[in-house]
This record gives sequence, C-alpha cells and structure tokens, in this order.
Amino acid sequence: MLWSLLKSVVAITIAALIIAAVLIALGASPIGVLFALCEGAFGNWYALTDTVVKATPLIFTGLAVSVAFSGALWNIGADGQLIAGAIAAGAIGPYLGAWPRPIAIAAMLIAGAIGGAIWGGICGWLRARRDTNEVISTIMMNFVAAQVLSWTVHGPLMEPSRAYPQSRLIAPSAHMYMFLEPSRLNLGIVIALLLAAGCYLLLFQTRLGFQIRAMGRNRRAATFFGIPIARLTIGLLALSGALAGAGGAVQVSAITHRLYERFSPGWGFEAIAVALVARLNPIGIVISALFFGALDNGSQAMQRAQGVSPVLVQVIQALVIMILLAFDTPAVARLRASFGVGAPISAAPQTGASADA
Amino acid sequence: MLNAFLSSTIAMATPVLLAALGELLVEETGIINIGIEGAMLSGAFFALAAAYFTGSILLGLAAGIAAGVAINAILGVLVVNLSVNQVVAGTALDILAIGITGVFYRRFFGITGKAFMVSPMPRIDFGPLTRIPVLGALVFHHNILVYLAFAMVPVVGFILWRTRYGLMLRAAGERPEAADALGLGVYRLRWHALVASGVLSGLAGAYLTLAYANTFVENISGGRGYVALAVVILGRWKPWEIAAASILFGAAMALQFGLQALGTQVPYQLFLALPYALALMVLAGIGGQAASPSGLGEPYTRL
Repeated sequence: MLWSLLKSVVAITIAALIIAAVLIALGASPIGVLFALCEGAFGNWYALTDTVVKATPLIFTGLAVSVAFSGALWNIGADGQLIAGAIAAGAIGPYLGAWPRPIAIAAMLIAGAIGGAIWGGICGWLRARRDTNEVISTIMMNFVAAQVLSWTVHGPLMEPSRAYPQSRLIAPSAHMYMFLEPSRLNLGIVIALLLAAGCYLLLFQTRLGFQIRAMGRNRRAATFFGIPIARLTIGLLALSGALAGAGGAVQVSAITHRLYERFSPGWGFEAIAVALVARLNPIGIVISALFFGALDNGSQAMQRAQGVSPVLVQVIQALVIMILLAFDTPAVARLRASFGVGAPISAAPQTGASADA
Repeated sequence: MLNAFLSSTIAMATPVLLAALGELLVEETGIINIGIEGAMLSGAFFALAAAYFTGSILLGLAAGIAAGVAINAILGVLVVNLSVNQVVAGTALDILAIGITGVFYRRFFGITGKAFMVSPMPRIDFGPLTRIPVLGALVFHHNILVYLAFAMVPVVGFILWRTRYGLMLRAAGERPEAADALGLGVYRLRWHALVASGVLSGLAGAYLTLAYANTFVENISGGRGYVALAVVILGRWKPWEIAAASILFGAAMALQFGLQALGTQVPYQLFLALPYALALMVLAGIGGQAASPSGLGEPYTRL
C-alpha cells in the first residue's frame, strides 16, 4: 500500500527531473518555471480558488476513468461523454427559468448524467452484445460528440442573434450556487467530493463493487462465479459516462453558462493521468485532480513569466502515465524485490493487464 | 468544381492511407497502436522544422520519419519489452506529442511571429495528362508522396499475405506463444512492424506540413491518426479496402469544405462525423473481432 502511494510520488519526481532537463535544453530556467507554476496555482486567493475550480471537472472525469478501469473497461471516451453531458445540460438550461433554483440545478445535473450515460452506455452495449473493443468505440464516440457539439452550436442551439457559434445562455435559475464571490468557487466541488466518496463506497464496500473489481482482475473467471458480465459491462460504462457527463453539466451550470465549440480542453484524456496517479482509488482521485488542476492553473502564469507554453503540462501528464505504467510491470517488480521491498498489495487491476483477459 | 473536389479527395486521403497501412502492419503483429496520432503529429512538426531550417524538403522528410520512428520506439519499449497496457501507453504518447510539439513550436515560432512556412512540395509534371477530364484531377495532379502512399497498398498486401516473413508477422499477432515456440521471435517481429509503422506515420505527418498545409499549427494532425484506426476497421484489415476507406474519408473531408464554401444548409459536421460513425457500425456489424488478429491488444510476455 505504501509502495503503491510512493510510486505516484516517485513517478512525478522523475517526470519533473526530465522536464527540468528539457527546460534547460530550451534555455529556460527550471527553478523559475517551478516558482511561476506555484505562484500561478497558489500565489494568491484568486489563484488558489481557481485551482480548485480547475480541478473540479478533472475529479468528475477522473472518477469516470477510474471506475471503468477498475472493471478493466478501457474508457478513452470520457471527453466525449463529458461533452454529451454538457450538450444535454446546455440544451435544457435556457428553458428552466420558471423552475426553483435547486430543482433547476438538479435537472441540469441529471440531464448531463443521462447524456453521458447514453454516450458511455452505447459503447458498453457494443462491447457486451457485439464484442466490439470499447477502446476503439469510445475514441470514435469522442469525435462524434465533438461534431454533434459543433453542429448544435451552429444549428439548433445557436444563440438567437446568430453572431457567434455558441448556444443561448442558460436561465439564471440553472446557475450553480457560487461561494465567496468574486472567486469562481461553486457547489460543483462539493458534488465532486460527494461523488468521490460514493464511488469509493461503491467499489470497496458493496457487492456490486466487488463484482466490478473481480471483472477487472479476470473477466473470464468472473463469469464462473455467476457475475453477470454483460449487464455489468453496459452498466459500468454507462455509470462511467454519467460521471463524466455530470462533470460537463457542472461546467455549463457554474462556469460557462452556455455551450461553444471545443468546450473541453481535453479533461477526458487528462483524466487518465489523474486516475493512474490515484492508483484508481476514488479518494486519491481528489488529491490527484487537485495536483493536475494546480498544474493547469499555474501553466498560464508560467507562460507569462517564463515564455514556456502551457502545453508543457501535457508533457508532464504523459511522462507520469508512462513511468507509472513501467512501474507496474513484472520487470520492475523483480528489480524491486531484489532490493528487498515486499510484494505490492493493490486493489486496482494491474494496468498491464490484458484488455480482454 | 468537380476537379477541385476530386483532387482534394485524394490529397486528404493520402496521409490517412499512409498511417492506416502502418497501423495495419502493427495490428497484424498483435499491437493496437493508439499512439499513431502522436507519431503523425511529431512527424508533421519535425518535418517542417527541419525543412524550414535547412531549406531541404528531403531532410524534412527524413526528420519526419525519424520523429515517427522515435515515438513508436518509446511505444515499443513500453508495450513490447515491458508488456504494459497498450491502450494507456498509446494515449500517453498522443498526449506527449501534443505537449512536445506545442512547447517547441511556441518556443521557436510562437513568440517571434516569424512565418513558419516552407514552399510546397512540387507536383509531378505529367504534361498534357493533367488536362484529361476527371482522370487528370483524380490521378495526375499530385506530389510524389501521394503516389508512394497508393503504391504501398499492394506492397503491404504482398508482404503480409504472400511472403514467409508476412506469415511470421501475422503469427506474432494471432498466436504469439506458438510463434515464439517456433523460434520466430515475437518481440523482434513486433519491433519491425513498429519501426515500419513509425516510418509511414512520420511520412503521413510530413505530408501534412510539407505537402498540404506548408505550415504548422498546434495539433495539426487533428485526429487523422484516429481516423486511420477507424479506416483499418472499415477496410477490415485488407489493404485495398483500407485504400477505399481512406478515399471515402478524403471525400467526406473534401465535401465538407465544399459545402462550407457554398454556404449550404447541409450540416457539414455530418460528413466529419461520418468516418467515425461508419467505423462504429462496421465494428458492430461484423460482431467485433472477426477480421482482426486474435491476439490484438493482448500484452504478451515471453516466459
């Protein structure tokens, strides 16, 4: 367990060292970049609160990825599912003006969850009933979602003035509750925390969670214990999609108040790094999402101060994922055993495990 | 109008076809290469950067190929030698490529505002043949990479299904344990396919910047690597069908541009979503893995 946590810290450290070397090669100062990142992420009250705001969608998508991966369903489509949820919420949002605020907000969230659940559920159905690799189908559905979004904001949902490709503003009653304005802190983070706790209980305290993890360890063996693999596959990808979709709805309700093209900067892909650093543990997702949210937030200040592109953050994400993958392999485990460190105890399926085992 | 559409269809199909043929090779050896988008994007950036600084298209192409091979080599270490999850590793490489090309691009070109452009790769001069109606625009109107891409179709098909070496490659994908037991060297074969695919996706990327856009914008590959994944499925792992599927994709892209230019009411997004939706339907229709190598996506560790 300790090693499992340590792995993430070591992976991030190694990634940071590689980045430092790259920065020196580019003629930038690694220390300066680190300070600018921290300044931008935690330097003042607004920066600090915005780190939490930027982490919120990552908690939703991180949970989505983590529950699916726990069942060895490789959902690469959290981005599309988040967009599907945002479209659903953004579509009903303008019409909720007459509704009481709590109910309007709940309607937004439910619409988002349903949108995401449909998007994920389709891939689950394809996997369970048509033996279609969910990796391919979730990737394809990302692109379909992006095009549907582009079509809706150019077409049926476009603002009445038709000035820009964006949807109408949602009704004020559908706006998320905001805290400590003018900061952008909102109820979304509380919902995210509750969902993280819920996912933890689901995975580790319920029979269903046990079945999901059993399926994650060995899909074929799970069938011999009477676990309904087909139903579980559809349900789990729908749940995964619902989590991502609710995240999209929160973003519309609290931050953007409308839809536009390229709504997601890649939250669904960043979620893979978030989930792996958290070792797929829903509570860990919160910490890991805050870490990556801080990176995202600090990267803007880094660009201003050091002239380094904020996409540097994506290099860090990629390196962390690759190092953690390598840590989980038998070769590294043998190396570790030779130093006398005990066998890892992990509730998560090995990310080195086969997609179809 | 028709000529522009036909010519643009082939121009759009070419990078997808190059990448898809590479993807076919690695998939036949049992690896699903999600990192193909990253290999293409790296190829696009480094090809243009090399051509820009040296003034040589040839060196540009070489740099694009090198970048594609480098990305696939990282993937090779992870998925062949360490047998990690292929999907997660490939996705990480896509993210890595967006990051690296973005950082380099903004460091060297973003701030200065210098035009990051090269002169386009010349078309091959076919003289009067270019003026043949329809056929001229479709066939005799392109640069060397286009002909190379389509020439690769029978070559890849021949290697995979008509040679002993191709049989070995496919054995590595169908039954890796059996292939290793026969001493075929599954790791080595998978590395061969990854290097070949790196060359092809690097070329596909180089085509985007050197022959098509003549400049670089961030994320210029724009999902074409994922389209190549879809195209391999649409073409049911057969080279000629993959070529046909690439042309279908090229036509959808060209049609989309045409519709936008005409200002029609037809939603062009429909055509952009079409290749992905079609690939999904084909996958659902053929009931999954019928035509794909049976070991596809399964990490294989030699005992």
